[in-house]
Amino acid sequence: METIHLPKKLLLKNARLIDPAKKLDRTTSLLIENGKIAEIDSKMSGTKIWDLNGAIVCPGFFDLHVHLREPGFEDAETIRTGQEAAAAGGFSAVACMPNTKPALDHAGLIRWVIEQAASFPVAVYPVAAVTRERKSQELTDMMELHQAGAIAFSDDGAPVSSSELMRRALEYSRLTGAPIITHAEDLSLTGKGAMHESEVSTRLGLPGIPSLSEDVATVRDLMLAEYTGGRLHLAHVSTAGALEALEMSLKRGVKVTAEVTPHHLLLTDEAVVGYDTSTKMKPPLRSESDRKALWEGLSRRAITCIATDHAPHTCEDKDVPYDEAAFGALGMETALGLLWDRGVRAGLLAPGHLIELFCHGPRQAVGLPVPVIEAGGLVELTVFHPEETWTVDANQFYSKGRNCPFQGWELIGRPWGILKGDFWAGRVEPEF
Amino acid sequence: MSSDRSQDRQLSSRHLLGLEGMSAEEINYFLDTAETLKEVLDRPIKKVPTLRGVTVVNLFFEASTRTRLSFELAEKRLSADIMNFSKTGSSVSKGETLLDTARNIEAMRIDVVVIRHQSAGAARYLAERLRSVVINAGDGAHEHPTQGLLDLLTLRQKFGDIKGLKVAIIGDVAHSRVAKSNLYGLKALGAEVMVCAPPTLMPRGVDALGVKVCYKVDEAIAWADALNILRLQLERQEAGLLPSLREYAMTFGITLKRLEKARKTPVILHPGPMNRGVEIESAVADSGASVILDQVTNGVAVRMAVLVLLSTPEVMV
Repeated sequence: METIHLPKKLLLKNARLIDPAKKLDRTTSLLIENGKIAEIDSKMSGTKIWDLNGAIVCPGFFDLHVHLREPGFEDAETIRTGQEAAAAGGFSAVACMPNTKPALDHAGLIRWVIEQAASFPVAVYPVAAVTRERKSQELTDMMELHQAGAIAFSDDGAPVSSSELMRRALEYSRLTGAPIITHAEDLSLTGKGAMHESEVSTRLGLPGIPSLSEDVATVRDLMLAEYTGGRLHLAHVSTAGALEALEMSLKRGVKVTAEVTPHHLLLTDEAVVGYDTSTKMKPPLRSESDRKALWEGLSRRAITCIATDHAPHTCEDKDVPYDEAAFGALGMETALGLLWDRGVRAGLLAPGHLIELFCHGPRQAVGLPVPVIEAGGLVELTVFHPEETWTVDANQFYSKGRNCPFQGWELIGRPWGILKGDFWAGRVEPEF
Repeated sequence: MSSDRSQDRQLSSRHLLGLEGMSAEEINYFLDTAETLKEVLDRPIKKVPTLRGVTVVNLFFEASTRTRLSFELAEKRLSADIMNFSKTGSSVSKGETLLDTARNIEAMRIDVVVIRHQSAGAARYLAERLRSVVINAGDGAHEHPTQGLLDLLTLRQKFGDIKGLKVAIIGDVAHSRVAKSNLYGLKALGAEVMVCAPPTLMPRGVDALGVKVCYKVDEAIAWADALNILRLQLERQEAGLLPSLREYAMTFGITLKRLEKARKTPVILHPGPMNRGVEIESAVADSGASVILDQVTNGVAVRMAVLVLLSTPEVMV
């Protein structure tokens, strides 16, 4: 994907500007100049003009949960291909998880990731490991990692299995101010499970992962967060039980935020029938009652973030029998289209709420400033067309991965790309 | 293998991956064919030329004696060319993937693949990637359709009709592909099915499959016309699902003493190999109520029927 340098002045015409923080939602024109928003409702002529034909322009989306695989697993994804997938999906920034090889448990590695990402407009904010080598034995140098640029801490892909260590990590989060992102899973309850434990796993003969595995671990971490006063963020909430525990903790004033993935909002364990390994991830696709509960969690605003848990894998790791396949599914290039079509168009989400879930909630969870559409503001914008019809085809993705559980879905609403400072990056060529 | 039998007869698929969703008509087609072919096994020269020129590979990724020998014998009786492939000493133990194994089979122009694999869905995985006919000889805890069919044939011989029959499946239901294929087949033919296991070996949501669920073996015995007693894998105890084999034998083992308490003695099936003294007492296994050796004979006939119906242009018996 080529990055395109914007002209010094560019007028975006017929743009539907939405910024829920500014109560803004109208179709007008927007003048950007030298990487900044110069004027809304601009009537300026004699400049370069890009007619957006009603595309939505909103504050840039931030994917709080992606796996970029570099260093260590470059045949699955690299920082650059991940950034391109992000831009194609309408994300101007991402937070990358530290389950690389080596794990991001060292300040030098955090700085290295940030440097690698600097040549492309999508900002990459590393999440550092909570424990050295993600082994759940000793804490990383959290203050140093934070100062090097880590925005949060997580052993994602695995839980911090020691409750004592999790307690200390949450205590330390009071010092750094950066949250501990928990991958809440009781590994002893997961066992060799490959999918959600239910009548579907029984029918398919696949070993099950009970919802208990997530519920028990979530309750533990919520209690530890309450006791320590630390900052906790729940990654990929997938069960009604974990949601209920979250809401109880929110009522008690616990400093906790939570995210949900598009696949847990739109798919259930029934998607595993047929043994497509793209449907294998952690936490697994749950039951219909869990799925419905997650939508309610969004509308009650207990869950304030949509994050994709973009987890690319090579064909070698996925084109095998189901129980042997790696856990993880792609997310960045489908998230917006899926949520616009099956969320906003289906009447489950207001457009402004969708933007908050992709832009504001995730940044607030890690304390990053939120881009605003106002004169003088820095340009960090997502552009997508709410009427464009398309069919999901993983073979066209910018990500190296092909493990997409939504292959063949027909959607209305498609990301075009991002404007970031002086640059455009996206799947669409700008016309000006 | 030019013609596709599934076009003109009652077969819904060119593969046999499982009994889930199979109609009574189709199941009976397999059973009737097996009944006819069984006669070959009693001839002085126990061989027919039906599968001459058909190449069958027996791909056994998981240890198996009974099923492998039964398939092999069925193939030999039908004059097929046979290749055997088992996990030990093969390319699989050198790290070859199932996909590469499949591609090699394809390159060797094999007509029929009989696969036993530890992963649920493995037979379907091959069927989606090969031109060959795929016969599932057991995939993980999913299905073991030829075992299901041979159990049905055995029950049909014993009772005449399966409709309305009460069959209790007893033991490690959670990890059992035999239980699954049995219950689908039995339900399709109109039997009532009960599963009976310790709660730790009862799969979640099994009642959604339309079976009665029971945790007391004496209740199952009193209710059933036939008991299908599952083999207890000894590693279940290591996994902490059972306190001890002794405890299991005491609470779930089928003994003569237990059977004598029932008003009528149920017919006893077991897919083998048996752990005598654990899930089944020797006195029960060797009793007049046992049809365990009939199952073995029927196993060969059923596998012949499956091979014939799936892999020949015409039935030649």
